[in-house]
Amino acid sequence: MDITRLFTTHRKLLVVGFVLFILIFLATFPLYGNAYYIRLLTTILMYTVLAVSWAMFSGTTGYMSLATAAFFGVGVMAMAFLQKTLPFPVVIVIGGLLSSALAFLIGLVTLRLRGIYFAIFTFGFVMFIGQTAYYIDSHILGNVWGHQIILMDPGMLHYMMLGLAVVTLLTIYFIRRSRYGLALLSIGGNEEAAEHMGINTTMTKVILFTISSFFMGAAGALMAPAIVYVESRIAFNVFNSFMPILMAIFGGMGQFYGPVIGAAVFGYLDRTLRVELSEYFMLVFGIILVMVILFLPNGITGLIQSLQNTRPIAKLLHRGKEEQHANT
Amino acid sequence: MRILEGQSVTKFFGGLAAVSNVDFHIDQGEIVGLIGPNGAGKTTLFNLVSTAFPVSSGEIRFKGQKLNGLKPHRVCKIGIGRTFQETKIFGNMPVIQNVLVGAFFGTPTRVSGAGAAREASQALEFVGLSAMAGDSIQDLTLVNQKRVEVARALATGPELLLLDELMAGLNPAEVSEAMELVTKIRDKGITIFMVEHVMKAIMGICERIMVLHHGEKIAEGTPQEITANKEVIEIYLGEETHAGS
Repeated sequence: MDITRLFTTHRKLLVVGFVLFILIFLATFPLYGNAYYIRLLTTILMYTVLAVSWAMFSGTTGYMSLATAAFFGVGVMAMAFLQKTLPFPVVIVIGGLLSSALAFLIGLVTLRLRGIYFAIFTFGFVMFIGQTAYYIDSHILGNVWGHQIILMDPGMLHYMMLGLAVVTLLTIYFIRRSRYGLALLSIGGNEEAAEHMGINTTMTKVILFTISSFFMGAAGALMAPAIVYVESRIAFNVFNSFMPILMAIFGGMGQFYGPVIGAAVFGYLDRTLRVELSEYFMLVFGIILVMVILFLPNGITGLIQSLQNTRPIAKLLHRGKEEQHANT
Repeated sequence: MRILEGQSVTKFFGGLAAVSNVDFHIDQGEIVGLIGPNGAGKTTLFNLVSTAFPVSSGEIRFKGQKLNGLKPHRVCKIGIGRTFQETKIFGNMPVIQNVLVGAFFGTPTRVSGAGAAREASQALEFVGLSAMAGDSIQDLTLVNQKRVEVARALATGPELLLLDELMAGLNPAEVSEAMELVTKIRDKGITIFMVEHVMKAIMGICERIMVLHHGEKIAEGTPQEITANKEVIEIYLGEETHAGS
């Protein structure tokens, strides 16, 4: 019994310690790391924001949103247009708010569509907004050559992305634990039953879709300086819709930290494979995804949990619990 | 006192009248049964009461309040709980969390987390499933999944409970247990409106029975009156001759 108690308290300490270690590492890295790796970490943090926000809504409800690229792109374009008139942090918030406003409208119209229809609509929406933005930007406003984003110190950019990631993770952690998290989960379990149990399913979906897209838009605005040269077709690259899904599935959506693991692994692969395999990196992604779906349907976190259940310590823990039950 | 009242309730699906001009009422504290052959419109009537579908015409009142135009989540909050003919559980959660959803969202006023947790475990205990609180709901048998649905509906604090074929697929011993559970719920002061095919159950616990056929109410009365009703007997026993002619 003492062993089990020690183990559970110990485990919490371990988790807290590990998170602190990662945070300290991320916060101090720009002081000694080289520019390439700083950018890599910034990219991973950006993907973390996208994947965790995506998984919060789509992973729990089963409404597969492919609109991530649209919200991300709105953030990028907000930075492209407002960078000279407003302070940088303000533009980030505006990027997020614009994405949210868009998500709110789309949500009201489309979140009654079930299953594949919602996915297809959101995919079409990315195409639509990308083309529209391109047309307006180049044909009406005459920015044929796109926009140059004011360069920013990579370290500074890294800190801001770290800040956004921390805010995103904290917000979503608390949403998942709140009544809204439970409501989302029950919509994913059985939407009809959820509605009959007193949940305003439409409003819940719209509000949480709106919140998740805020972080996507903010991430886009923040990432714009790293893209340097912005053009609407780059901003609304549909690749950004698929990457978070890939990461969330790879990491596993059952646990909060699953998409974070996915973002770290694929963020790293994204940068390195692009450099080393350039043409074939999508192929490698595809193969990894197929393997994960075939062999690890619950992702890395699913694997970790099943390993935990077979480990001797887990057996010990279980036995301890049984003893406790027997004693009472 | 009439807790639920329907006046010329009608529901069309395309050209088909699934429920046609049905007048009905349920008094507080009653157990009312709703029977009829397959396709008679029983579940449709339930779906109209819980506003899963809007009525085509007519109106339904709960404690005098019109239900027309309300969303199902509002109807749940004002005091109508329900279960489903085909169980609609939250397969992605453990048993207790299924019930917790009802306790959290189904009540008219906002409840605290601790309050909801207490309510949920009480409801689970009431249906006799406390021991399975932490289990994955998908590992439960059909009987127990149905019990969880009852607990989930009870956790919303209903005054009227709609039970849609609670006993379908249960063996005789399980039916007796379910009958006991229904009586126990009524003894808590909750009015019950139930669709059922298991005649033993219907005849054993209902004070009043309504019979639907082709969407129309053809009979209503005590179990004795219903079993003696010629039209009802004809529908239930005379189907073969219909099919033959």
